[in-house]
Amino acid sequence: MKVCALAALSSAPLLAQGTPDLQAKIAAIDAAARSAQSAGDNAWMLVSSALVLMMTGPGLALFYGGLVRRKNVLGTMMQSFVLMAVVTVLWAVVGYSLAFGGSSPLLGDFHFAFLRNVGIAPNADYAPTIPHQTFMVYQLMFAIITPALISGAFAERMKFSAMLMFTVLWSLLVYFPMAHMVWGKGGLLNAFSGGRIPCLDFAGGTVVHITSGVSALVCALYLGKRLGYPGIPMKPHSLVLSFIGACLLWVGWFGFNAGSALAASGLATSAFVATHFGAAAAALGWMAAEWMHNRRPSVLGGISGAVAGLVAITPASGFVQPFSALLIGLLAGLVCYAMVVAIKPKFGYDDSLDAFGVHGCGGTLGAILTGVFATSAVNAGLKDASGRVMPLGMVDGNGGQVLHQLIGCAIAWGLGIVGTLVILKVCDLVVGLRVTKEQEIEGLDLSMHGEEGYIFEA
Amino acid sequence: MKKIEAIIQPFKLDEVKEALKAIGIDGMTITDVRGHGRQKGHKEIYRGQEYNVDLLAKVKVELVVATSRAEEVIQTLVAAARTGKIGDGKIFVFDVAETIRIRNDDRGESAL
Repeated sequence: MKVCALAALSSAPLLAQGTPDLQAKIAAIDAAARSAQSAGDNAWMLVSSALVLMMTGPGLALFYGGLVRRKNVLGTMMQSFVLMAVVTVLWAVVGYSLAFGGSSPLLGDFHFAFLRNVGIAPNADYAPTIPHQTFMVYQLMFAIITPALISGAFAERMKFSAMLMFTVLWSLLVYFPMAHMVWGKGGLLNAFSGGRIPCLDFAGGTVVHITSGVSALVCALYLGKRLGYPGIPMKPHSLVLSFIGACLLWVGWFGFNAGSALAASGLATSAFVATHFGAAAAALGWMAAEWMHNRRPSVLGGISGAVAGLVAITPASGFVQPFSALLIGLLAGLVCYAMVVAIKPKFGYDDSLDAFGVHGCGGTLGAILTGVFATSAVNAGLKDASGRVMPLGMVDGNGGQVLHQLIGCAIAWGLGIVGTLVILKVCDLVVGLRVTKEQEIEGLDLSMHGEEGYIFEA
Repeated sequence: MKKIEAIIQPFKLDEVKEALKAIGIDGMTITDVRGHGRQKGHKEIYRGQEYNVDLLAKVKVELVVATSRAEEVIQTLVAAARTGKIGDGKIFVFDVAETIRIRNDDRGESAL
């Protein structure tokens, strides 16, 4: 007791003397901690950005390129690759601003046009620990892959010029508004920013997969079937390419989903785990269905299932427990299998590479199941006015979330259908959508690009 | 001189080549071909879409030998290429009117 008092007495003047010093030290430690967190977060987000770009090229380009006939391999790969260039420029000019500028419910503004006001200082509205430009370039990679996914529906028959025009208009009229509604500040569907219809979409199930999948269906119906479909054989020319592409997609998807935590955090880990589990269960689900239905499980079935699972887990990834992810994946594998193998042939449309069957169908299923399995035990980010953590999905006792998810899906479907129809009509009138019959028979590689994918005598 | 044209299973090519080499046959021409005889192909399924593949990959081996050696070569070929299952292929034998070595204009069996 005596010693304590003495110590207190003797340290009192020291403390008084040290106060400014101590405060400066605390400030310095605080700054160092922030800088360390920023460094860690930024490292992960830059890697994630690169991973998501890798999903388009070479991931999707190989996946789709292997599924088409040999004469169209380059044309198909080009439809993915060229978007890495075109959407990037569009994003810099107005895209980022229209998706993430301002705080209106439906569409961004021009605050960030030409990347004005987008520097190294973080944007606290979206990602307070990483440079604003990191956030901007990360989101760009999503804007690139989304229209690239659609190309699976019009593969082997769309003019390159029409595809370019379609993609630019589609980004402007469908993707940027949808991205703003779901992720933008004040967006209509943004649960975390006071949206009127609070939807849960962690990494883009609605924004990326429903919009692209539904638009793909509209494209397939509007363009019509490939010449000779389904009578003449249109076998995938190289499942080896598709296999490599699908596995790159799986790996890249860690950047897509775990990166959507926007930090190297526990939430990123949770999304990473859910992503992987969803893909694994869906691959098994599709293969099992095939095994029972056709007596043989195929490689194409396995990789298609994995992609379907990755699609379905995307909106749920930062909200669900690992076992929920397994269940979501399994259901996605089975449902998408039924869609592609049983339902599509009944309707007879030519969604050449099943962009709708996998992305539209898997995305919608995932969005709905997110409303079921999302839990605040995984993501405590949603708080009410008094700072209490809010329940997320049906498993948290918030059954109404499923309804919100359905409304979110309906808006994405509606925007996808109407937007795509209008844009296709415009492109059809201005440049014409389809290649000529002769060009289609010759193949897109030669007729659109003047080169061949495989030249064995050279 | 006889021309021997054998359509064989692709995976038997190496055995056939070795067997022919072992009896002293040095020259041959190999082509990847597709076709079918009585074997009617198989069914492939891609995402539920069924395709009947009736043209199967085969290898065509062509060689020209002295008439006196033709039977020996044919027997060697048959022994090496046979699995006993449907799809093993066929051998066709033709008469050859003349052989000319381009390098030095050799003619007949000495050009083989």
